[in-house]
Amino acid sequence: MLRLEPRPEASRLWSVGSPLLALALTVVIGSLLFVALGKDPVRGLQVFFWEPVKSAYALGELMVKATPLLLVALGLAVCFRSNVWNIGAEGQFVLGAIAAGGVALLAGKDTGRWIVIAILLAGVAGGMAWASITALLRDRFNASEILVSLMLVYVAEQLLFWLVFGPWKDPGGYNFPQTKTFEAVTRIPRLMTGSRVSIGLVLALLGAGALWVFLFRTRAGFAQQVGGLAPAAARYAGFSSRRALWLALLVSGGAAGLAGALEVAGPIGQLTPYVPAGYGFAAIIVAFVGRLHPLGMVFSAVLMSMFYIGGELAQSRLGLPKSLTGVFQGLLLFTLLACDTLIAYRVRLSRRPA
Amino acid sequence: MESYALLAAATLNAGTVLALAALGLLVNEKAGIVNLGAEGLMLCAALAAFVTVVHTGSDLLGFLAGMGAAALLAAVFGVLVIWLNTNQYATGLALSLFGAGFSAFAGIKYVQEKLPERPQFAIPGLADIPVLGPALFRQHPVAYLAVALVLFLVWFLYRSRAGLVLRSVGESPESAHALGYPVRRIRLAAVVAGGALCGLAGAYLVTIYTPLWVEGMVAGRGWIALALTTFATWRPARVLLGAYLFGGVTMLQFHLQGTGVEVPSQFLTMLPYLATIVVLALISRNPAWIRINMPASLGKPFYPGS
Repeated sequence: MLRLEPRPEASRLWSVGSPLLALALTVVIGSLLFVALGKDPVRGLQVFFWEPVKSAYALGELMVKATPLLLVALGLAVCFRSNVWNIGAEGQFVLGAIAAGGVALLAGKDTGRWIVIAILLAGVAGGMAWASITALLRDRFNASEILVSLMLVYVAEQLLFWLVFGPWKDPGGYNFPQTKTFEAVTRIPRLMTGSRVSIGLVLALLGAGALWVFLFRTRAGFAQQVGGLAPAAARYAGFSSRRALWLALLVSGGAAGLAGALEVAGPIGQLTPYVPAGYGFAAIIVAFVGRLHPLGMVFSAVLMSMFYIGGELAQSRLGLPKSLTGVFQGLLLFTLLACDTLIAYRVRLSRRPA
Repeated sequence: MESYALLAAATLNAGTVLALAALGLLVNEKAGIVNLGAEGLMLCAALAAFVTVVHTGSDLLGFLAGMGAAALLAAVFGVLVIWLNTNQYATGLALSLFGAGFSAFAGIKYVQEKLPERPQFAIPGLADIPVLGPALFRQHPVAYLAVALVLFLVWFLYRSRAGLVLRSVGESPESAHALGYPVRRIRLAAVVAGGALCGLAGAYLVTIYTPLWVEGMVAGRGWIALALTTFATWRPARVLLGAYLFGGVTMLQFHLQGTGVEVPSQFLTMLPYLATIVVLALISRNPAWIRINMPASLGKPFYPGS
């Protein structure tokens, strides 16, 4: 019988090793899945882990998808570190996209380039507004932020559907549920020609840097985290848990909203029912796999982006459903949580049944 | 009058899905474990049930397959949170994300395939009562099972010795452990039983409620079921009441769409989710009200000897 023995202090080795072991386990289970499906596992792994990095163009696409994942995850890290369980980032992302899309639709052909800033700010405001509903209900009514933020995802999606099927529908769009494509002037500037990577990537990396400074170099960042680790100590130190709640939700809502704005005014270029692509949920995994640390999340966002592209390639190359992405993402989070046990515990063999 | 009877019947039908899942989660939570994976469990169970019914034509086998699949996944969740001490919230989320991905992935061949309409089960005699009969007594047997389950749970949790032990494990695992009860095994049993009930809910959804398979068809019902346990302040009878109330809101939405009210359908689809938020806020408002019945160790890990 296996027995867990608490370590006197957390293992530094395993706090780095656990994500690697989890990834290895995910690969093993994934390979078994490919075999079960009668597909060549080597070919399958190639599609997931080699194709997304093999060329400059592929690497660019990897960054395109890693950008929203990283942005959303950065915000979620502030939440999870302060023990606020915001799992409705997907809804905040959609509201950011709606607000940004609204501004983009207002713009005429000869609007100045400044409109991009207005679009991004609208996205941030949209995401913050949506998250503040959760904060308000938690603060005033003590309602579970998990359930409220999640229910708001479904509401946000319906709001988007209503807009693209109704008032914002493109009259010249052959009855497709979508808005007209945004004017060129509203599109987020790209970093270079020949790749879809936009300034969003720079914003996300700056965000990671800002989060690092906030968490580890400011008093406010410290106060934010103490509430999550030791609520009693936070109270004693006079750190307000209400403040922490609002800050966490506004930051994460704003980050998710910004990601939504960058998506619709960037790669997508219009509002469609396919704007919610699951980034809000995948970012939860990015946050955990990256240890809620800015640098860790940069790596895990790239990894998760790889799974996204792998899923798309599995569809076009191997005839496998795209949802394989979700299977891999879920597996990774499962195995990571299990492997994290090794950080705090030693596994011992014992005869005595535990 | 006839349309109201139909509406009531449909309400019970919609409420049954929620009731079964919420009762399962109630059993979980009484033992101190929060399972945010309900949505994933229901999706995988729905798929397992659908595939089984398509290939065997037997509803009973479908229900068993759904329960088995969900119980198995719940067991994995249980081992992780109970033995490996993983964070309950994060592990539940992983289960939901995995379940959504896996069911979409494995069910791709079955998308839009339909099951034959189920013949109605009318209880002889009672079903012929005007108005009331067609409303209440033309349901699938599982709908009555949900009611029976509530009666059983009330007796089990508050009148039986095993139920007392289960509750003590959720209130104070330390004391239960000190008294010599195998806390972790009891918790695992509760998680597996709760998972099986979520599975039954998923199977009922896919065979009786909407007899076809579509990706993500549980559509948040797993989360609504979680909210229902809070709404009901962890009392089985109130869970049933809440489930029918929410079933009513869902049905009202279809009813309004049918009567041609000038509201965009998207706003009507939002109703159950908005209702969940409002009700959750109103119930949670009074902390005393919540705390009386909430298992004291809900969501807290327990590891003997640490």
